[in-house]
Amino acid sequence: MPRKTMVEAIRDAMDVALQRDENVVVFGEDVGYFGGVFRCTQGLQQKYGASRVFDTPISELGIVGAAVGMAAYGLRPCVEIQFADYMYPAYDQIVSEAARLRYRSNGQFTAPLVVRMPTGGGIFGGQTHSQSPEALFTHVSGLKTVVPSNPYDAKGLLIAAIEDNDPVIFLEPKRLYNGPFDGHHDRPVTPWARHPQGEVPDGHYTVPLGKAAIRRAGAAVTVLAYGTMVFVAEAAAAETGIDAEIIDLRTLVPYDLDTIVTSVEKTGRCVVVHEATLTSGFGAELSALVQENCFYHLEAPIVRVTGWDTPYPHAQEWDYFPGPARIGRALKAVMEA
Amino acid sequence: MSDRKPLSFHVPAPAVRPGGTPDFSDVRISLAGEVRRPEVDVAPEQIRDLAYSIIRVLDRDSEAVGPWAGLLDDEALLKGLRHMMTLRAFDARMQMAQRQGKTSFYMQHMGEEAVSCAFRVALEPGDMNFPTYRQAGLLIAGDYPMLEMMNQIYSNELDPLKGRQLPVMYSSREHGFFSISGNLATQFIQAVGWAMASAMKHDTRIAAGWIGDGSTAESDFHAALVFASTYKAPVVLNIVNNQWAISTFQGIARGGSGTFAARGLGFGIPALRVDGNDYLAVYAVAKWAVERARRNLGPTLVEYVTYRVGAHSTSDDPSAYRPKTESDAWPLGDPVLRLKNHLIRRGVWSEERHKQAEAEILASVITVQKEAESHGTLHSGPHPSARDMFEGVYEEMPPHLRRQRQQGGI
Repeated sequence: MPRKTMVEAIRDAMDVALQRDENVVVFGEDVGYFGGVFRCTQGLQQKYGASRVFDTPISELGIVGAAVGMAAYGLRPCVEIQFADYMYPAYDQIVSEAARLRYRSNGQFTAPLVVRMPTGGGIFGGQTHSQSPEALFTHVSGLKTVVPSNPYDAKGLLIAAIEDNDPVIFLEPKRLYNGPFDGHHDRPVTPWARHPQGEVPDGHYTVPLGKAAIRRAGAAVTVLAYGTMVFVAEAAAAETGIDAEIIDLRTLVPYDLDTIVTSVEKTGRCVVVHEATLTSGFGAELSALVQENCFYHLEAPIVRVTGWDTPYPHAQEWDYFPGPARIGRALKAVMEA
Repeated sequence: MSDRKPLSFHVPAPAVRPGGTPDFSDVRISLAGEVRRPEVDVAPEQIRDLAYSIIRVLDRDSEAVGPWAGLLDDEALLKGLRHMMTLRAFDARMQMAQRQGKTSFYMQHMGEEAVSCAFRVALEPGDMNFPTYRQAGLLIAGDYPMLEMMNQIYSNELDPLKGRQLPVMYSSREHGFFSISGNLATQFIQAVGWAMASAMKHDTRIAAGWIGDGSTAESDFHAALVFASTYKAPVVLNIVNNQWAISTFQGIARGGSGTFAARGLGFGIPALRVDGNDYLAVYAVAKWAVERARRNLGPTLVEYVTYRVGAHSTSDDPSAYRPKTESDAWPLGDPVLRLKNHLIRRGVWSEERHKQAEAEILASVITVQKEAESHGTLHSGPHPSARDMFEGVYEEMPPHLRRQRQQGGI
């Protein structure tokens, strides 16, 4: 089976979607001729023409606003916001327009669009190229929010997102574009070419939205993670020797409560991990869900390991990033509680 | 110590406030028939002056004059008059219904009826408007059933939007009327996106975006203009300048620019200003701009110069910020009266027929209103179910919403 980086898998997903459905269009800043700053759309304009894959003015509001109009017309836009950190000018169009259109028009108009954006840090991007704003989307009714953690899922989830009839926010952990980064920033990253999840079938397949995956089966403690943190949690489990069950949520909303509850009822312990800031982060929702649904199975308080409630710093990136050591300490603390 | 003169801060203010004598002497009004009518394929830089003049057809003697006249026959004009009178009667009844507590909110069109009524007639079936909250003439003139409008306003059991939207936030895909958003200006760039899609698919349909003078200050307006300009989208971008954004006079959004239409010039978009209270002029300019879009010549920016005679909404009191007599002093007059006088002048209408038509229209609006009210009003009678609240958030209800509906016992 061919192996692909996450960038190649994402490009492949758009290629498949563009090929299969003439209503799919792809656009954003630097997305056309150049193929995107992370190269996710490289070659697509050459293959499908500039009327289906094209560059836009630097206006995130314009990109998403135009996409809403196109979706109302009947197209399926898959647009790129160059960095999730640049999303804020488009927020009104996402929250008040794309997310509400089906509801407020009673289904007369819908917004089947995908907004792709690289998320997370670990590349010395400073505060404007490192943020993880997923909670700003999970808080909005009408949106689906997806965070893949590997090339296979990235392709299958992106195709599913493009085919979905509701607006989907597709957050791509940029630190995973080239390999399964496990938080050990001082070590080389294994390329996806040597990782089993780098195996990406050709052609069309989907990974269903709303379904989590168990990345590591375990009996001692449940770790709820997504995106980059899946591999960081795996490293922490390996290094502490704690038999953690690591759940990769893949879709944050709608979330897969059944998989979460089944696991926590089995282990009786839960650690929630994300790179985004702590307060009102998606981990707060996960923690509340576990408490509401698994209280009588819990043997220890739920612990969250997240980025600090500061802007994402530049020089202090690795003090900010919730790496394997911090997750490992949390796992031990939960086991000893 | 610096010897430089201290800076001073500038905040524009209207010429007159309550208690003062209304003064529109600063509004430069072109003579009817005075402004030229270029070919639709004219280069934008050739008509920069049209962003500063006002295209007018009806003169003081109610004659249709000049190069923009002569596009509509008697029958079409009588129909246009009926549309505007219907909208006015509809407004009067719904305004009253709100005062009677039958709905929470209403927004009337008084003084602005010509803009949406005449524009709608210049479109073809399949074209899509992205309106704001004061273009119900697009629906009336587009033969959307008044009953549906009232059902929406009353949020009753037949409300096509199931009680989810504020009154007057209509939506009808079938009638080329995009769902209205209360967040201003968002629809302007969406109209451009829709038009881009139509061009991508080699369709023949065009889009029309709508925005108010105040909302042109939103970033969405500028995004719309740059996208429309870049991709030469087949879209007509309409600015309804009714002088007031709730209590804020248009000078606050316009700033140092001479006119709102002039905003289009920097984008290379042909920009025209038109007398928004002149049904014939609105139609003529709309037709010109629609033809440009249809012939793939790109976007047009149109500013309709009009005046909001009524309050912004039923929650507003204009006497708190402008003279009560200001609307009487508005130099462009009343659109219904002007068309009526023109039709009388043409010999196809009379005061008696007008009175009779007014009575007929009012009676038919009341008949529809009674029917709508038999299906419920906001606080009494049948209305959409609480279960409807959970439907349509997504195409399929996700598990967490299903659980919440169950928890709510709904």
